[in-house]
Amino acid sequence: MSQSRALSLALIAPALVVVLALFVYPLSYSLVSAFTDRAGEFTLDNFAKGYELYSRDVVFTVVIIAVSTLLIVAVAIAIGGYLTLGENRWAVMALAWLYRWPLFVPFIVAAQCMRTFLAKNGLMNNIFVSLGLLDVASTQSFLDWRGIIVTFVWKQAPFVTLMVAGAMASLDRSTIDAARNLGASRQRILFEIVVPQVRPTLVVGLILSFVTMMSVLSVPLMISGGTPTMITVDMAYRINAHGDYGVANALGLLCYILTGAAAWAYLRQSVRERSGA
Amino acid sequence: MTEATAWRWLPRAIVLGLFAFVIFGPLANLVLWSLAEAWYFPNKLPSQWGFRFWEVVFRPTGRAMESLTVSIWIALLTVVLCLAISIPAGLALARGKLPWRALVMLAFLLPQAFPSLPVYINIARIFYEFGLNGTVLGVVLVHTLHGLVFGVWITTAAFASVDRELEQAARNLGASALRTFFTVTLPLAAPGIVASAIFVFLESLDEFTGSYFVGAPEIQTLPLNMFLASMGGNYQISSITALILLVPSIGFMLIVERFLKADVLAKVGT
Repeated sequence: MSQSRALSLALIAPALVVVLALFVYPLSYSLVSAFTDRAGEFTLDNFAKGYELYSRDVVFTVVIIAVSTLLIVAVAIAIGGYLTLGENRWAVMALAWLYRWPLFVPFIVAAQCMRTFLAKNGLMNNIFVSLGLLDVASTQSFLDWRGIIVTFVWKQAPFVTLMVAGAMASLDRSTIDAARNLGASRQRILFEIVVPQVRPTLVVGLILSFVTMMSVLSVPLMISGGTPTMITVDMAYRINAHGDYGVANALGLLCYILTGAAAWAYLRQSVRERSGA
Repeated sequence: MTEATAWRWLPRAIVLGLFAFVIFGPLANLVLWSLAEAWYFPNKLPSQWGFRFWEVVFRPTGRAMESLTVSIWIALLTVVLCLAISIPAGLALARGKLPWRALVMLAFLLPQAFPSLPVYINIARIFYEFGLNGTVLGVVLVHTLHGLVFGVWITTAAFASVDRELEQAARNLGASALRTFFTVTLPLAAPGIVASAIFVFLESLDEFTGSYFVGAPEIQTLPLNMFLASMGGNYQISSITALILLVPSIGFMLIVERFLKADVLAKVGT
C-alpha cells in the first residue's frame, strides 16, 4: 500500500501541527522573551538579573547533574557488566530482577519515597541506628543536594542500565570468549572489549537522562526546596511569585545551552574518534 | 554446602542484599507511612498502625478519589487524541513517500531532547491568552505533546513490521486500499499500537510539571494532589496516593512486553 506524496503529507500534517504549535512556537516564544523586557524592548537585563540572583544555583545545578550522570554511568556499567560477564547464574538472575524496579516508579513517587527515606528520622537512619552503626545524636538529614543526587541516580540508573545491558547482550560473544580463553580478567574484558562497543548506547541513555534531570521539577522541589536549589525550582518561583517570564526564560535558555553543550561535547568526541580510527 | 562455597557466596550475598535494600528501602518507607496512624520522632516505627488514612483517601467524596477520576479522564483523552494523530502519521512514515523522512522523525523526538520545563512555562503563558489554562483540554494538549514521541515512533515501527506481501495479496484479491488497511494492516499492527497507547497513558498519568503550570490550581491531577499533600506534611495521604500511582505503572509495565514484540522493538526509531 504505497501512497502518493500528497496523501502522506496530509496524514502526517496533524502530528506536525501539534509539534509546531505546542513545541516550536513556545520555544521561540521563550527565546524572544529572554531578550525582551516587560515593555517589549530588547534587553539583556534578564540575564544580568538571573546571574545576580541565581548564579550560585546554576553552579549547584551543574554540579548535581554532572555528579548524577557520572554515578549513573558507573552503576550502569557495573550492573550491565555483571549481567553480561557474571558466571553465577543465580546471582545474575537476582540482579536482573532487582535492578529494574525503579524504572516503573514515577518521578513524583520516587521523590515522595526519598523524602521520607532520607529524612533525619527516616527509615534509612532508623535502620542504621537499630543496627548500631550510628547513634541517634549523630544522624543527619540527607534532604539536600545529596538527596537530589540519590533520587536521580536511583530513578535514572536502571533506565540507562536497561539500554546498556540490552546492547551488551547483543554483542558478538566470540571476542569475549576468545579474550577469556587467553586468560584476560573480567574487568579487563569489560573495559577493553565490552564498554567500547556499547559506548553509543551508553551516551544516548546519558543524554536522555541529562535532559530528564534538567526538566524534573518535583524532585528538587520535594527533596530540597531551600537555598541553594536547582534552576528548575528558580524558574517556577519566578513565574509563580513574580510573573517574571523574562528571567525565567533567561534561565530556560541556559538549560538549553547546558544540554546543547553536553550533546556537542559528545558529537565532537565521537567525530574525533572516528577520524582517529 | 561446603565451607569453600559458603565463602564464595558470602560477598555476593552481602552485595545483593545491600542492593536490595537500596532498591526497596525507599518503597518500604512509603508502605510504612501508608499504614501509620501515628509516627513521631524518635519512634523508629509507627506507634499506631491502621488503615484509617486509606479510608480517608478512598472516601467517595474525598479529594483523592476526585483527582484520580480527573487523572484517568485526562489520560484516556490524551491516548485518544495522541493515537488519532499518531496512527496516520505512523502510516505515512512507514509506508508513504515523505520528503526529509529522517528530519520528520527527529521533529517528534525534539520535545524530549529539550528540557521541557521552560517550554511548559511558555505554553502556559500562550494558553492563558486562549483561556486554556486550568482546563482539561489544556492539560490534555500538553500531555499529548509529551506522549507524541511514543505514539509516532512506536506506531511507525508497528506499521513497518507488517508484511507488505499480505497487503499486496489483499489488493490482488480486489480489496480497496481502505479496506486493506482496516482488515489487514491495522489488525496486524494492533499489538504495537496498544503498546504505544500504554506508554502514552502512563506518561499522562504520571506527568507533573506540565500539569503544574497549565492545569493547577483548577485541575487537580493525582500527582498534583500527592505533591500538595506531601508539601503540607501529610505523609500518610501522600504515601497512599503515591501507592495508587504505582499500581498502573507496575501493572502496565508487566503486560507491555506482551504487546511490544521484538520485531517491532527492533524497528523503533528507524
